[in-house]
Amino acid sequence: MSGHQALGGRILTKPFMVLMVIWLIGSFFGVQRFFMDGMGAVSNLNGGYAWGIWVVYDVVVGTAFACGGYALAIAVYVFNKGRYHPLVRSAVLASLLGYAMGGFGAFFDMGRFWQFYEIFLPKNWNFNAVMLEVGLCVAIYIIVLFLEFAPAVLERLGMRNAQNTLNKVLFFLIALGVLLPTMHQSSLGSLLITMGHKIHPLWQTMHFQPLLALVTALIMGFSIVVFEASTSAVSFGRQPESSLLSGLSKAVIGLLSFFLLVRVVILLLQGKLGLIFAGDLGSLLFLFEMALFIIPLVILLSPARRSRGSQLLIAAVSMLFAGAMYRFNAFLITYDPGPGYSYFPSTPEIMITLSIIALELMIYLVLVKTLPVLHSEA
Amino acid sequence: MKRRDFLKATLGGTAALVGAGNVEARPNLEPATEAVGMLYDSTLCVGCKACVSKCKEVNDMPPVIENGENAWDSARDLSGDTLNVIKVYRDGAAAVKDAEIDGFAFEKRSCMHCVDPGCVSVCPVTAMRRNPKTGIVTHHAEACIGCRTCMVSCPYNVPQFQYNELFGQIHKCQMCNQAGVERIDKGQMTGCAEVCPTGATLFGSRKLLLEEAKRRTALKPGDSYNYPRGDISKPESYHEKEVPTYKPHVWGEKEAGGTNVMHISSVAFDKLGMPPLGERSAASIAESVQHSVYSFMALPALALAGLTYVVRRNTNDEDEGGDA
Repeated sequence: MSGHQALGGRILTKPFMVLMVIWLIGSFFGVQRFFMDGMGAVSNLNGGYAWGIWVVYDVVVGTAFACGGYALAIAVYVFNKGRYHPLVRSAVLASLLGYAMGGFGAFFDMGRFWQFYEIFLPKNWNFNAVMLEVGLCVAIYIIVLFLEFAPAVLERLGMRNAQNTLNKVLFFLIALGVLLPTMHQSSLGSLLITMGHKIHPLWQTMHFQPLLALVTALIMGFSIVVFEASTSAVSFGRQPESSLLSGLSKAVIGLLSFFLLVRVVILLLQGKLGLIFAGDLGSLLFLFEMALFIIPLVILLSPARRSRGSQLLIAAVSMLFAGAMYRFNAFLITYDPGPGYSYFPSTPEIMITLSIIALELMIYLVLVKTLPVLHSEA
Repeated sequence: MKRRDFLKATLGGTAALVGAGNVEARPNLEPATEAVGMLYDSTLCVGCKACVSKCKEVNDMPPVIENGENAWDSARDLSGDTLNVIKVYRDGAAAVKDAEIDGFAFEKRSCMHCVDPGCVSVCPVTAMRRNPKTGIVTHHAEACIGCRTCMVSCPYNVPQFQYNELFGQIHKCQMCNQAGVERIDKGQMTGCAEVCPTGATLFGSRKLLLEEAKRRTALKPGDSYNYPRGDISKPESYHEKEVPTYKPHVWGEKEAGGTNVMHISSVAFDKLGMPPLGERSAASIAESVQHSVYSFMALPALALAGLTYVVRRNTNDEDEGGDA
């Protein structure tokens, strides 16, 4: 019908059981966090490091990993590259799950979770607050992603009428699906502005924070599409979509070049180039991060390399790490609240984050096997 | 209109969403009309921690007892149970008070009550508020969701969350003027200033305190000065003392837009653990960026209109199913 097919097959495979065990361990600590001892007992969060991996991985990095739907929507619907259409549905599902898990992680991190709804009450809104924009925008985007994915569910249930109705307004949902991530992904960068001197000078670019955050979101979005398509092709024994994917990578070349150029020019303008070679932790992390951005650029610039699935996969993984490193470095690793404070995530804290990822993967596996998500010819 | 133009308009709008900087920047906020604050003179502090103890009493918080040593309070840093703490700077033999080398000095850490407070700017639910008259920054837990953006955005790490409680909340110094205490509204002074035996913590209007701070830092070392105690507008008593060598720097006059709680000292403030701050508040920069993009939601609305048009055209180009 739409050219998408459910994969079928057994749900309870070995990898699935492993994920389930991880999820169960994390849930045990989740119970401790929500019903017994609170956040302090399961995490190493403290007065100086108020944000740990729950915010920085689950929300800041996790939602960027979930930008595949956003990146593809721009390619397919704004730049009218219809040939990438077969990739859209699985990207939307991955985005939906990624963002839902980001929201889930944020809830674990919410100190006063029992009154989370206060952020939805207009009487409380502070329009100066970047966090208000992030919170509301992400919440609405999760609903939009759910509706964007709904055709797959309706198709499976054979609800033709509902599907037709939804299709009539889908163009507006898609437009929202491009606008909302542009807003909140750039705002994630703006969060760093208010953290002022606590952010390492190499990452504290002030007015440029939203731009850099947005470009990394797009880079990670396109990379995750390439990554998911190539790995699901390998693990489910399907035809690799290399020709489609190498086309996408041309967009990525532009984004990578733009990011590297802007990043260096900003440091030049702000007189911080010397810090790159200071030899301290910040400079080493910066150089490592830049290398992760440059490696995929080198691979993708060669037409021969980018047409090979394995090289594409290396480039995609490198870019995912690059974007994740950029955000981890800025928000957490080089974050310095001042003397007397240190942070490294506790085991329960890590397990909770891993369990959220495991849950995301389990839901993805169930849904691609039971719903028409993956494209049959692509 | 041609489709190409719409595409341009959309991309322009979307690009403006992230990079716009041409709207007028918001300057730092000005001090509140009748701003009250405190002046902490590190050279007068003897480290008795009477202020720490009184603070616990006023705010109904338990003392922190370390190693069974029940000497007032052993709190080492601010926490959900400690809103005011005296810290010590030590160097080498730590023999001489207020000397940077081989000396020691005291430093009070409590909310600085910023003139342009980051915590107020970043709180999504308006749970941090600056009183427009007194400039006092208060916390209102009834709206707080516990996102802790106030903590990461405070240059001084002042707001503290009670991590060890299942239903914890943010705590910070509210200058003894929170609902139920209201010492300032009643014409009293803060608890810490009231009990300070040397006048190291002095209460009063920001204006008078800033004048006093500038007067002291301009004094000639070795001269004698009559130091007031309590409330600077009506001191309880004075004591005469030899003037130390002050650093010519009033912390809080200008740092990140200034603070209502100001510090003076004989030891450089970076040695006392104060953060490296410029004169511009981070809040003013973040708000400038945010408001240039989200002013009346005009840019997002324009971008959405353009995107809707383009997406509609492009979905119609496809086969009639138009599935996504």
